[in-house]
Amino acid sequence: MKKVILGDHAVSYGALLSRVQTIAAYPITPQTLIVERLSEMTANGELDAIFTKVESEHSAMASTVGSSAAGARAFTATSAQGLALMHEMLHWAAGARLPIVMANVNRAMAPGWTIWTDQNDSLSARDVGWMQVYCQNNQEVLDSIILGYKVSEQVDLPTMVILDAFVLSHTAEGVDIPDIKKVDEFLPPYKPEIKMDINDPRSFGALTSPDVYMEFRYKMQQAMDKAKKVIVEEGKKFGEMFGREYGLIEEYKTEDADTILIASATVASTARAVIDELREKGEKVGLVRIRVFRPFPTEEIIKVLEGRKKVVVIDRNISFGKTGIFFDEVKGAFYNSKGNKPPMFGYIAGLGGRDVTPKVIREIVEDALNKDKPESEIIWKGVKL
Amino acid sequence: MSKLTIPQEEIMSSGHLACQGCAGALAMRYMLKVFGKKTMLAVPACCWSVIDGPWPYSAVSVPLFHTAFETAAITASGLKAGLVAQGINDVNVVAWAGDGGTFDIGFQAISGAAERNDDILYVVYDNEAYMNTGIQRSSATPYGAWTTTTPANHPKDRPKKDLVEIIAAHRVPFVATASVAYPEDLIKKFEKAKNTKGFKLIHIFAPCPTGWKMAPELSIESARLAVQTRVFPVYEVENGVHYKLNINVKNPKPVGEYLKIQGRFRHLKEDDYKVIQENVDREWELLMRKVETFK
Ligand SMILES: Cc1ncc(C[n+]2csc(CCOP(=O)(O)OP(=O)(O)O)c2C)c(N)n1
Ligand SMILES: [Mg+2]
Repeated sequence: MKKVILGDHAVSYGALLSRVQTIAAYPITPQTLIVERLSEMTANGELDAIFTKVESEHSAMASTVGSSAAGARAFTATSAQGLALMHEMLHWAAGARLPIVMANVNRAMAPGWTIWTDQNDSLSARDVGWMQVYCQNNQEVLDSIILGYKVSEQVDLPTMVILDAFVLSHTAEGVDIPDIKKVDEFLPPYKPEIKMDINDPRSFGALTSPDVYMEFRYKMQQAMDKAKKVIVEEGKKFGEMFGREYGLIEEYKTEDADTILIASATVASTARAVIDELREKGEKVGLVRIRVFRPFPTEEIIKVLEGRKKVVVIDRNISFGKTGIFFDEVKGAFYNSKGNKPPMFGYIAGLGGRDVTPKVIREIVEDALNKDKPESEIIWKGVKL
Repeated sequence: MSKLTIPQEEIMSSGHLACQGCAGALAMRYMLKVFGKKTMLAVPACCWSVIDGPWPYSAVSVPLFHTAFETAAITASGLKAGLVAQGINDVNVVAWAGDGGTFDIGFQAISGAAERNDDILYVVYDNEAYMNTGIQRSSATPYGAWTTTTPANHPKDRPKKDLVEIIAAHRVPFVATASVAYPEDLIKKFEKAKNTKGFKLIHIFAPCPTGWKMAPELSIESARLAVQTRVFPVYEVENGVHYKLNINVKNPKPVGEYLKIQGRFRHLKEDDYKVIQENVDREWELLMRKVETFK
């Protein structure tokens, strides 16, 4: 069934279709519409789940951790300050190997107070052991919630499904809402191998000495490696069943491209139009959208970038004292590769929700096209000084 | 008080890592005897995250989830929700935390769970300081006590936070104090909590010989003296308004008898004893008025 819905509601439908059993959440703009709709869905019986209206995001994640440990399919959603407050429990969810799925609406961090989009909230949670999926439209948001559970429950790591504040969260788009029976076929009920079970009592998360801790972390990394395969496999299966395939990265007109633009989230969907425009002018440019940031698609990126003349990365985020984070990671992925390494341009744009319009993207690409190599490791686009 | 039998079955085993005379360990043993094997535990950072044993061991034969310091209540709520969502309705979930995880850092999450009336039992074993990290003061540390962050020349100068009153103000079904020195009363309270739906909290006075600088064999005695001097009244509150004194202390001993057996009060002078006695008398008077007024 096709419906015109907001990105936030695409999240709610994704949770509904995944038949989540518990929800614990705390409101924050621009995530509020997700929890409001889920409150309605649980209140009117559309969704058979227990919704705990907690007193903070820290508790939202702690509650979700508890429910997941008990064996339930658990869901939550947050944004920015809320995600930051949860940070300790993000580690807990991943370290306890719980297949939680959470939506995070990308919102810039305060101060100054802001509700508009950028990626510094989720990227500050880069190293906690969660998979991170950056979505480009509302359809992908809905699908990624379902896919999130499908993948997480196989690798025992949580998934963060990420959508841009307002650009997606509060923007209505046509979304195909799949039949729940078909989703049931794709995503069977959650049946964990071990859980908090009175018939099989264990302690979870007990004291570890230096003699054993590292092995637990090694296994998390192994799970991330496995996830790369599972994400691609399940993305294909999803495509066969629902007609929309998903992978780690998405290429657009890259085949013969000399210059590759790398972007994520809605900047990437906007960039497609710019690629078309530049192609009409005879520029051989293509786009790589990084959809999955953790696990990082190192091999896939090397494969598409090797032998190109230039790479341009747009970051809607910054690691203060370094560079844009996607830029840094793409560059790092390359260092040990064998082939030629094209010059890489890293632009910072759109922080705090400043519009990244086709014009902005075009100017960025043209700027890189006009230079042999970048004048610095970090190029700010559109800063007014 | 009618006689009752304490179940013989031991769900907590020996070989745990508690110090000698740890009342927090004893309290757990009693709780599990009453609650039985259809129980799950959420344990935050506290001595009990050590006592239960390192991975892959456990001293309790019920599932135990170690969780972050400030999240005992909400982790328990989350566990309960997860169970009920799967149609498992007959398992009790108990949050088991120290005073620091309760009076201080975990306070907000407890208030949330209490206000929602989540169906859990929250037990705080109160040893009146952060013992896991080496005896630092908490807001449950009593007036005049030495800790490593309230040195003897500058001991704690504020009274203990009144947790039970604050929880009672949430109008929850059951909140009570209890003492390891009075196991019959303690057992009864666990039974009552087990048979009451909604949010329950039991505040257990739990001496810590290591942190209180006293001999392990004085653990129970100090707990008994705390009650007999009226330093720690044993009472309960139903639905936030019905007060009941469980152990009446008709002829209280002077507070000095309780204070002088503990090294953490060694620096106190007669004048300090007087101040503490006055505080204890006033608090007792206040409680008695509530008990008489709100039966
Ligand atoms: C967020 C956070 N802050 C600080 C700590 C360090 N810490 C661990 S246990 C503890 C004290 C626990 O005191 P209490 O709750 O009274 O339990 P006890 O150790 O006395 O049994 C502290 C401060 C922590 N684990 N997490
Ligand atoms: Mg303590």
